[in-house]
Amino acid sequence: MSALAQAPGLTRSAGVEHAAPPRRTPRPARSWAWLGLLPFGLYLVFFLALPTVLAVASGIIVDGRLQLGNLAALGDPVIVKTFWNSVWLSLLTAVVGAVVGAVVCYAMLGLPQTGIVRTVVDAAAGVLAQFGGVMLAFAFIATIGVHGVVTGWLATSFGINIFADGAWIYDLPGLIGPYLYFQVPLMVITFNPAVTALKPAWAEANLTLGGTRMSFWTHIGLPVLAPSFLASLLLLFANAFSSYATAAALASQGSQIVTLQIRNALTSETLLGRQNLAGVLALGMVVVVGLVMWAYSAVQRKAAQWQR
Amino acid sequence: MAAMTPAGFAPGRATRWLIAVLVGVAFAVPLVSMLLFTLRDEDTGGYTLVHWTGLFSPANARALSPLWEGLGNSLVLAAFTVALVLVLLAPTMILVNLRFPRLRRLFEFLVLLPISIPAIVLVVGLAPIYLAIGRTVGTGAWTLGFAYGITVLPFAFRAIQAAIDAIDLRTLTEAARSLGASWPAVILQVLAPNLRTGLMAASLISTAVVLGEFTIASLLNRRVLQTALLVVGKMDSSAAAIFSLLALVLAFLLLLAIGRAGRLNLGKDR
Repeated sequence: MSALAQAPGLTRSAGVEHAAPPRRTPRPARSWAWLGLLPFGLYLVFFLALPTVLAVASGIIVDGRLQLGNLAALGDPVIVKTFWNSVWLSLLTAVVGAVVGAVVCYAMLGLPQTGIVRTVVDAAAGVLAQFGGVMLAFAFIATIGVHGVVTGWLATSFGINIFADGAWIYDLPGLIGPYLYFQVPLMVITFNPAVTALKPAWAEANLTLGGTRMSFWTHIGLPVLAPSFLASLLLLFANAFSSYATAAALASQGSQIVTLQIRNALTSETLLGRQNLAGVLALGMVVVVGLVMWAYSAVQRKAAQWQR
Repeated sequence: MAAMTPAGFAPGRATRWLIAVLVGVAFAVPLVSMLLFTLRDEDTGGYTLVHWTGLFSPANARALSPLWEGLGNSLVLAAFTVALVLVLLAPTMILVNLRFPRLRRLFEFLVLLPISIPAIVLVVGLAPIYLAIGRTVGTGAWTLGFAYGITVLPFAFRAIQAAIDAIDLRTLTEAARSLGASWPAVILQVLAPNLRTGLMAASLISTAVVLGEFTIASLLNRRVLQTALLVVGKMDSSAAAIFSLLALVLAFLLLLAIGRAGRLNLGKDR
């Protein structure tokens, strides 16, 4: 009996042995399947990993030797100033963009998911947030440039010269408008999924328990949305901080922000008497954006629990 | 749908309209200004179509030639980048989902990485690589497509992954294989048609990204639509405004098409 009790186990394992040949056929194929990953893997190595490593390393490795002294460039008053400019411009447009974008998401709350309003707003937001760049700069030059339509209208109708203190549109303050023009749409894209995930049942529960519309937002809506809002804010900051095209098109001279300073360093061999400045600046950018994106993914993980 | 949104948290009609009008006007002003800018008659102060018709007049051909050249290069690059997405990214994603499900998280991390790496940082490292490419393969406009393939990865990945998640990849593949289909036949005749909305969306969004790309092209001294806009804008700001407007409208239509296709799919699944 004891032998029989063991028998099923034996026969089963024997059965596996018998079934093994057809099962084994995928095994050699599996080793070939790895080859299928190779082309894409090589592509990533040569056009993503290698450029990133080269960019970051070129600042501190010169002629094959580690030269951490180059990092001193990050302490140069000119460089510190450009980093500071980038930070406050990004912070300002991220906060204002996040608030305005969140208000737009609120306005679309309850509209049908497949409706025309959402479809059109999604497409428009996508264009402005991701593909604007140079074209947004032209739009603002046509609007509030020295010969802009609104500039002319203000001058002829109200006698207001918005450039009485100089052509600020080509300087740092001129970037705020165009930056908001892509930050608000980016907020709509990233924050909307969180807002649409608010469950009507929560509102019903709130009403049943004697809550008001106001108490829904103070006790349920805002606390639930807070992590998503913070995550989107961080993404907006990183987005503005890395942005180059709009600024390059508006400020063709000068290098008020970090990305423009990199342009400057790339096009002129030695800047501030320092070599490899582009690499050092790239390293500085990677550290800032990397930290922000790390915080973003940490907060986003927390936010995701409400979006199931 | 309306029944699902009780008075609990949806904004009232008046609030909705107030926000729509305020934000809508703020966002319309630069675009309308750009349109008026292209219609402006500098001599009389009135309006004219001369800047639009001037695009095709032989007198302006020389000044506008960078734009046409840039547009041509951008279209070639868009085609090359879409080819990379369809031939390199899509099959690899199918392979990962079918045979290496454990690699999915790592794969996703890698393809979403370009979001976190600023294009300008990538350029610093791409410069020496393109110097080498220039020496071996040449400096043809299409070579920039390798860099663009990286910048479109996150967008294309999301579009294709959504389509893969919506179908039962494994069952479809096993059914086709057990009926004797070869791997190329499985991918081309079974999986590709089932993933077509995702592949289409990935292609359209990649096209939009390539047509709008400026950073990499500009710093590698390549002539594409966006860098040409800047060159021409210095001499003929009206022409640059016209092309900017048209490019924005085109990108909007591309995204609208993706959105509609996605929505139709969504409706079908319900």
